[in-house]
Amino acid sequence: MAHIELNEIAHSYLKNPKDESDYALKRIHNAWDDGGAYALLGPSGCGKTTLLNVISGLLTPSKGRVFYSGKNVTDLPPEKRNIAQVFQFPVLYDTMSVFNNLAFPLRNRGVEESEVKKRVLEVAEILDLTPFLKKRAAGLAADAKQKISLGRGLVRSDVAAILFDEPLTVIDPHLKWHLRRKLKEVHDQMKLTLIYVTHDQVEALTFADQVMVMYEGEIVQIGTPQELFENPKHKFVGFFIGSPGMNFLACSVDSNIARVDGAGIVLDDNTAALAQKAQGKMEIGIRPMHLEVHTKSVKGSLPAKVKTIEDQGSFKILTVTMAGHTLRARLPEDQTMPSGEAWLRFPKRWTKLFADGRLVNK
Amino acid sequence: MEKWESNKAWFLVLPAFIIVAFSAFIPLMTVVNYSIQDIFGPGQSVYVGTEWFKEMLGDHRLHDALWRQFLFSGLVLLIEMPLGIMIALAMPTRGWGVSACLVTLALPLVIPWNVIGTIWIIFTRPDIGLFGVGINSLDLLEVPFDHTAKPIYAWITLLAMEIWHWTPLVALLAYAGLRAIPEAYYQAAKIDGASSWAIFFYIQLPKMRGVLTIAVLLRWMDSFLIYAEPFALTGGGPGNTTTFLSIYLVKLATMQFDLGPAAAFSLIYFVIILLFCFVFYQALLNVGRGEKA
Repeated sequence: MAHIELNEIAHSYLKNPKDESDYALKRIHNAWDDGGAYALLGPSGCGKTTLLNVISGLLTPSKGRVFYSGKNVTDLPPEKRNIAQVFQFPVLYDTMSVFNNLAFPLRNRGVEESEVKKRVLEVAEILDLTPFLKKRAAGLAADAKQKISLGRGLVRSDVAAILFDEPLTVIDPHLKWHLRRKLKEVHDQMKLTLIYVTHDQVEALTFADQVMVMYEGEIVQIGTPQELFENPKHKFVGFFIGSPGMNFLACSVDSNIARVDGAGIVLDDNTAALAQKAQGKMEIGIRPMHLEVHTKSVKGSLPAKVKTIEDQGSFKILTVTMAGHTLRARLPEDQTMPSGEAWLRFPKRWTKLFADGRLVNK
Repeated sequence: MEKWESNKAWFLVLPAFIIVAFSAFIPLMTVVNYSIQDIFGPGQSVYVGTEWFKEMLGDHRLHDALWRQFLFSGLVLLIEMPLGIMIALAMPTRGWGVSACLVTLALPLVIPWNVIGTIWIIFTRPDIGLFGVGINSLDLLEVPFDHTAKPIYAWITLLAMEIWHWTPLVALLAYAGLRAIPEAYYQAAKIDGASSWAIFFYIQLPKMRGVLTIAVLLRWMDSFLIYAEPFALTGGGPGNTTTFLSIYLVKLATMQFDLGPAAAFSLIYFVIILLFCFVFYQALLNVGRGEKA
């Protein structure tokens, strides 16, 4: 069990990094509570795996320190840290049986054989691997293999945290939910800290209590799935989370009105007050789900042209153009669809203002 | 699916079939034809049935050559495989060292067989060769080193030649196998606290099985067919101590002109190699496979 703390971590794969773009991790200063389930979400190449390897000790960061429950472990190799890691592809010792695979980390540490047997049987029971114990690991299906990889982490009684690096990539879709549920079960049962790397927002949002969104080597927002959806702190979060992503319109702010090429959108008073001091490129953002679409003009609505309507089954995606900008709206199936002309209303509560990509708020 | 009415497409296979027939099947059948006849001269031959086969199978010179051959090929495999794997493990994985190692390793592989023979004859000569003169100047050996002097010297020279020539092939294959192991395996092993021995036995060796199978087969076949090196070195001597199967075969066929027995011998030779390749292939394919899930 451990509380993991990253202190001013930065990492570059180059020997002599010159400017910021040479860093795979720019500045990570963050703590993971003991027993929490965290997801690291971000696009490919944003530094998720690098960060995970820094935590597990496979990489020594160029700058900064790593603490486990207050102890500095920055220079300790992975086998000296109480950590387990599950990789994207199942890593097995092909020539060994499932039992020996699970026993391997214990035997390497010189644990007594009776204790090894006890632990392996326990873990096999939790992961439903008992019937396979005598079989060779190489012949099993991908999901069983991935469970073995996880099991090798769980057998160690001293393990503090388990790190997952996109562990469901090679699993068939119909088994994914099953394995994900197993992970949650294991988490509830063993109270381990879990850190789960993924680029799949559904996976991240269903698995974790806290989601950290990474973008270009930085953690841009940490929050519950709901916070990320309703209050994206960074343009990237708005764009990456939700399907389709947030609508963004470049604007200029004029007291409490955001002007988008002739169209005026009213901002709420707090945002408007803060916007007076904000610097940089201004954009307003609104979730497709929060954008109101009317078939005729209502108070505070702006005219737009309907381009396409996509039927997605339980909802419809409407693409409109307003003052030369394209916007998407997500409408419930039963709502009457406008044709040709539509009127859009931007509810104040959901209309967010971004300055240079960052949310304007307190 | 409907059956095609016209099967003319089969004719497209014909060119390949004809080429294979000329390159493999027809020459082989000529040998089969020779092996059942006693040939006195052009156009003069008598059908003898399986007589040559019986004679060759009972020929003690063939037996001797066969045991010599087994010993030689066995030693070659025993030395070249571990040595090749060790070299591959010691090779760098990045930087300029990789290219340097690969080129150096590949050098012996591009030298023709009989040139290798000549190089080693000169190298080991007791009068001018670096090795020959060097070892004799130490004055350690009872009989001064000369590959024509004692059978053991001839064998050492031959083995050294063979190992120098072909270990790089094993090393290159093993290196390719090692490079194909994903980084995650090493990372997982680190986290599991595995020692370097455990990494070798449980990750590297199993993952190299495919390429090592090919290496064993190639080295077995090639060393079993060895001809140019002993021919260049001593022509099969001293005595008959380096007369391997192919040397004996050539003596029989072209020096004594016993075409019938030589043909029978060739076929026996062919079957032995085929048999061993099959055995090795099956053994390596199934080694450590155990119970299937």
